[in-house]
Amino acid sequence: MVATAPRPTYIGQAMKRKEDPRFITGTGRYVEDIQLPGMLHAVILRSPHAHAKLVNIDTAAAKAAPGVVAVYVGTDIDLPPLPYAWQAAGVQNNINSPRVLARDEVHWTGDSIAVVVAESVQQARDGADLIDVTYEVLPAVTDAERAAGDAAPQLHENAPGNLAFRWECGNREGTDAALAGAEIVVRQRLRNQRVIPTPMEMRGAIAQYNVGTEEFTFWLNAQAPHVHRLLLAAFILGVPEQNIRVIAPDIGGGFGAKIFMYTEQVLVGWLARELKQPVRWIETRSESHTATAHGRDHITDIEVATTSTGVITGLKVKTWANLGAYLSTVAGGVPTTLYARMVAGVYAIPNIHVEVDGMYTNTTMVDAYRGAGRPEATYVVERAVDLVAAELGMDPTDVRRANFIPSDAFPYDTGIGMLPYDSGDYPKALDKALEMLGYADLRSEQEQRRASGSDTLLGIGFSTYVETCGLAPSKWMGGEGWGAALFESANVKVHLTGKVVVTTGSMPHGQGHETSFAQVVADRLGVNIDDIQVKFGDTLGTPMGYGTYGSRSLSVGGEAIVRCTNKIVEKAKRLAAFQLEVAESDIQFENGRFSPTGAPDTGMTMADVALQAAVAYNLPPGMEPFLDETTYFDPPNATFPFGTHIAVVEIERATGTVRLVRYVAVDDVGNLVNPLIVAGQFQGGIVQGIGQALCEGAAYDENGQLLTGTLMEYAIPHADSFPMFELGHTVTPSPINELGVKGAGEAGTIASTPAFVNAVVDALAPLGIRHLDMPLTAPRVWAAMQTADADNAKG
Amino acid sequence: MYPRPFEYQRAGSVQEAVALLQANPDAKIIAGGHSLLPAMKLRLASPGALVDIFGIEELKSVSFDNGATIGAGVTWANLLANENLTQYGALQEAVARVGDVQVRNRGTIGGAAAHADPAADVPAALLVLNAEFVAQGPNGERTISAADFFVDILTTALEPEEVLTAIKLPAPDGTSAYEKFAHPASGYAVCGVAAAVATGGGVRLAVTGATYTVTRLSSVEAALSGELTAESIAAACANAGEGLDLAGDHFASTEYRAHLVGVMAKRALMRAAGLS
Repeated sequence: MVATAPRPTYIGQAMKRKEDPRFITGTGRYVEDIQLPGMLHAVILRSPHAHAKLVNIDTAAAKAAPGVVAVYVGTDIDLPPLPYAWQAAGVQNNINSPRVLARDEVHWTGDSIAVVVAESVQQARDGADLIDVTYEVLPAVTDAERAAGDAAPQLHENAPGNLAFRWECGNREGTDAALAGAEIVVRQRLRNQRVIPTPMEMRGAIAQYNVGTEEFTFWLNAQAPHVHRLLLAAFILGVPEQNIRVIAPDIGGGFGAKIFMYTEQVLVGWLARELKQPVRWIETRSESHTATAHGRDHITDIEVATTSTGVITGLKVKTWANLGAYLSTVAGGVPTTLYARMVAGVYAIPNIHVEVDGMYTNTTMVDAYRGAGRPEATYVVERAVDLVAAELGMDPTDVRRANFIPSDAFPYDTGIGMLPYDSGDYPKALDKALEMLGYADLRSEQEQRRASGSDTLLGIGFSTYVETCGLAPSKWMGGEGWGAALFESANVKVHLTGKVVVTTGSMPHGQGHETSFAQVVADRLGVNIDDIQVKFGDTLGTPMGYGTYGSRSLSVGGEAIVRCTNKIVEKAKRLAAFQLEVAESDIQFENGRFSPTGAPDTGMTMADVALQAAVAYNLPPGMEPFLDETTYFDPPNATFPFGTHIAVVEIERATGTVRLVRYVAVDDVGNLVNPLIVAGQFQGGIVQGIGQALCEGAAYDENGQLLTGTLMEYAIPHADSFPMFELGHTVTPSPINELGVKGAGEAGTIASTPAFVNAVVDALAPLGIRHLDMPLTAPRVWAAMQTADADNAKG
Repeated sequence: MYPRPFEYQRAGSVQEAVALLQANPDAKIIAGGHSLLPAMKLRLASPGALVDIFGIEELKSVSFDNGATIGAGVTWANLLANENLTQYGALQEAVARVGDVQVRNRGTIGGAAAHADPAADVPAALLVLNAEFVAQGPNGERTISAADFFVDILTTALEPEEVLTAIKLPAPDGTSAYEKFAHPASGYAVCGVAAAVATGGGVRLAVTGATYTVTRLSSVEAALSGELTAESIAAACANAGEGLDLAGDHFASTEYRAHLVGVMAKRALMRAAGLS
């Protein structure tokens, strides 16, 4: 026997991503790369008006145009409205979900009116130009608060006052009493503006229908292909699940916007069946701005009751959540469960009440966007503590410390209907971040600059956040209005050559599952990482899963994989014991080898066992052949990552330009499987959150026209606007999964927005400015400084 | 992102381009295509035909000899690579801030000038540097001063059948600089100011982006006929935005643009005068 070399431990290593070579060299395969014989191309005619009656649609010229195969309008298509899968729980939802093509009336600029199918996409686009629509333009409303009431333009008959739902959580009476009895009450209106997700790859959908077998195949860039199959089968096409195969190829980013069931995805399926040819629809960048679900868009009034020493005794929140013209797939859950139940943040606030009005407006639908509800909640509470600090003249870190949930109080129930926070140590992350920053020195530099009348203002902003990942258990989610489960599936097979294939219901779209999942399996099975392949994105070969969003892949999908490997190791141990003729209790599994106690260099490797399991010549009595295990993991709780982010900004007095000069982040996402991937998630997440704080923002004019309809007007953050981030970690393993992981995909975005805004407001504090709404563009900051200077001059 | 159908013709010479324009009144000239093609893809522009002048060699020459003659077909990248361009500081700095590397590799100085985007960088520099624009049409060649060339939004003095062939600059007199506040999305100038300080005294300034067409800042120029100091520049620029026909949009108000004119004018002048 040759001595076994020590096998590397993969978990915890900052490994480069296995999938990157194909992405970097242009050999990835995206929806748009897929070519099918006889494939037709669909282009959608979209409404140029935000609100209008469709008086007449003349498609004759389009139908006669070169290459055009068919033109359809809404009344041609007999399909139900799309499913609304996550309702605001426990209250009436006045449901209006979109139809594949609008009938009678359009409700937002970009609403679908007709589809032109042609032999080429150019011909389809030219055909769409020839459709003559007569509109009766109606008044529009785009602001959620202005949409309230009978006087506003009404979108839907079943939603008087444009109210989709009114929902509340917490303790209204207790909170009112806390406010009434408070030493000090701080009030503020906060606007969490609408943002446009802007993934690098736009949406796309291809459908093929096999007339003989009556089976559909869809290629969708979908973050949850099984959920798409479920919704298509059960709620839309009315065919059994086994007749629908959804394939999600490589995906170029999603940020939540590729979770949802979209009309175009359904439409290509209907067209493929109708025309008996494959049909493809690929979104343009302009369509991505108008027709892909937007994020955020809250108007929120907060009232904070506090003692004179900064102990917060009550938080009352009223939010108008703009949901757009119709309800998107999970639009009901985002501003309720994911937002309102998280507004306590990291603080032990005894009285909280949140009321949310979900509002219809003549705008693009709003749904989950990176963080989904938790960024809005974190923004509310992190601005609230800074407003208290400003009111009391206290250091913002002191107010935070005065209200932190104690480190020995976990699991902790915030009392507003959220699952208990699993674990946390909030002062530890804050202390570490302050040390990395050199807080005291920076504050004295700030004082010096202020005293010297420097032409750049320095600001330091904090965000001590908590979020929630891997939402579960399914039973709890069912009570929260979600219409399905939220477990995750996995299958692990060890082939007879010892190569391992992992299939997962998770659906990477930039997160690096092929690497981090392989690291987990390599350690668990004791095999080389290069012998492991992680497969996903095809409902045919993957057990029913729920996909990737909400930073759930590792804590739920990863744990499902761990449980598969546990089963495999257990079976392999039995087989090894049988063949080595020792008791199972005498078999050790170390360094990838099953060996009798005391003889670690002997025995069988995992590959040896896999071969024996596969050839099945000599199995223990009753053992089935092959190492092949499936798990459906439904976690007992969600996870609650946390940390402290600190932004340091400079504001140029002459122009109002805000520049990020330093960014320190200490995050606790539990154990790290791949620190490089985690760092990447935080880098990107922080940039995305600061994008909202600094420059992003969808704007509509009074007629409901999107003013930021292209990347020439809609500013996304650029790499050259950022310094290198200073990233650190504390590690508080989650007790609810074996890996001890919490999730890292969204925390950067959740934390960075308020940290940045708090920094800008801190910089402007000497001018008497207490709050500024995002995005903090130079013109907006300059205007605020002008107003403040004028006020200060008046005395 | 698919334009309406159009004819495409590649001209081998300026003469041929003029002939093609004469033959097709619906034709537009395309050079680098970085303004025209996006507009066509969005169907905001739908010319029936394109006459491509990008390959015409005679438009690609650059000479610096007691002044400069820059072929209209010279790309930003090729222009920037020419060391002599530093004699014209405002132009060099403006060119360096056009678009990004990809745009500068394809975009041409003549294309940008003829397109006359109100937020383009280079027109401000060309105006303060007293550029002249050479155009060739059916009736031969003519020269147009910068002051006459830029007429309005997306409008120049060029006739539909004329091809801009070259931009001429007089021998450098003094120093110049360009300052820009870029739009965070498009990178175009929300406000760009080019300033030139002549050797014998006197300043010239022009603003782009803040106004609907490139405009001289005559009030600032008049106030700075004497000695240039930090104080005199600050005083002259304090209200530089007043009296201009300013643009305003959802990103930046006219008030903000008026303010930026003063800030950018001061910064450009301070550098052109060697004071910062």
